[in-house]
Amino acid sequence: MSKIVEGLFYTNTHEWVKVEDGFAFIGITDYAQESLGEIVFIELPEEDDSLEKGEELGAIESVKAASDILSPITGTVVEINESLEDEPELLNTDAFTNWIVKVELSDESELEKLLNAEQYKEICE
Amino acid sequence: MKKTVLYDAHVALDAQMVDFGGFLMPLIYTSITEEHNYVREKAGIFDVSHMGEFYVKGKEAGKFVDYIFTNDVSSMVDGQVLYGMMLYPTGGVVDDLLVYKVHNEFYIMVVNASNADKDFAWATEQQKFDCVLTNESDNISEVALQGPLAEEILQKLTDYDLSTLTFFTFSMMLINGKNVLVSRTGYTGEDGFEIYGYETEIKEIWKEILEAGGENVAPAGLGCRDTLRFEVALPLYGNELSKDITPLEAGLASISVRLEAGDFIGKDVLVKQKAEKTKRRIVGLKLIDKGILRHGYEIFKDGTKVGEITTGYRSPSTGETVAMAMIDRPFDKRGTELEVQIRNKMKKVVVRNKKFYTKSYKEN
Repeated sequence: MSKIVEGLFYTNTHEWVKVEDGFAFIGITDYAQESLGEIVFIELPEEDDSLEKGEELGAIESVKAASDILSPITGTVVEINESLEDEPELLNTDAFTNWIVKVELSDESELEKLLNAEQYKEICE
Repeated sequence: MKKTVLYDAHVALDAQMVDFGGFLMPLIYTSITEEHNYVREKAGIFDVSHMGEFYVKGKEAGKFVDYIFTNDVSSMVDGQVLYGMMLYPTGGVVDDLLVYKVHNEFYIMVVNASNADKDFAWATEQQKFDCVLTNESDNISEVALQGPLAEEILQKLTDYDLSTLTFFTFSMMLINGKNVLVSRTGYTGEDGFEIYGYETEIKEIWKEILEAGGENVAPAGLGCRDTLRFEVALPLYGNELSKDITPLEAGLASISVRLEAGDFIGKDVLVKQKAEKTKRRIVGLKLIDKGILRHGYEIFKDGTKVGEITTGYRSPSTGETVAMAMIDRPFDKRGTELEVQIRNKMKKVVVRNKKFYTKSYKEN
């Protein structure tokens, strides 16, 4: 059974968003890392890149396949988690503490349209 | 969807199952890297019961197989295994396969699961000889025990002296009282055996090998089967081979084609292609920039497409990001710098040899 953290926003494509100090942190869920398997590479955006809700934010490569990370929200990248470039396997270790990008939100109301932990749990079942 | 006799065993091991060639097969038990390393360092056991097996029996069995097979069947001795291909008249590949010679009037062809029906239909169409071709795929199951400790483990289950079973030969032998066919062959670049028998026999042998091997053997899925064969540049039909690719273009002529021997379907095209030199061939690539190379990615030289990746991985054994790719000449030369398109970005690759890992077969 994969882990789901209360209080985060989720997408049905298995990303999570955590809002802290007015910034949004985006990552992939435990369910996502589990189904991807061993993660060997992550392609990250650059600082100041603008993100569109539902569009490709980056990509994750496991041993066997590549898959896109879709941005749950619209905004601007203010920081990327550089430690993932050298150690992408951190996402396998703990998908919820290892955020991928920190984003300045363009439209906070987008968050309301995301799933809560309970709704996301249903998708994973 | 078909299931092999070991389906319940895979589910009990909590394997991730996938559709492969119409069969529900185990992709991963623990992790691709862990299973891969087990095969390189100790031993892994694969369920390969999905493979297709055809029997050819009768006076002209050898003649028939020779006619549809690129390698030289007439030179085979009893108990020998030969790798080769069936070709269309165009020189494109119907399938790559192993031929087992039991005796002059009995040969076994072992083909890819995903091609088995197509292969059988094709072979049947060509069958105008004094022999009988039958599809035994549903009757025969198979496991492969691969890795440096394979012999030590299997020896515990048989009185047959396995050290006398040389590379690419086979024998019937008793494995814990079950009379099965064992060949010293495989698809991993390691020493090992492929064991063919009836469902109930293979089901027991799987369990017995795991028990006999203990800590030294682990179940290995299709995920690592692909990384293992890739590292030693063994082809996969659908990637390095297809109806549009000849064995010469695949760079497999030396191990699979005997042009100086008798005629076979597609031979004239290969003779011509050999004389004129192929226009493209499969080479190795190494990624200079960051990323992973994958099947289907396009390769460019100064903006012009010159090829495509056939298989790519971060090699679990070496950690290098490498690929096999079909590249137009003259960009196939070692050291040539090319570009690969990964998700709309161009990244640098360089042509290298395709032996990403050194095979350790027990050659004699």
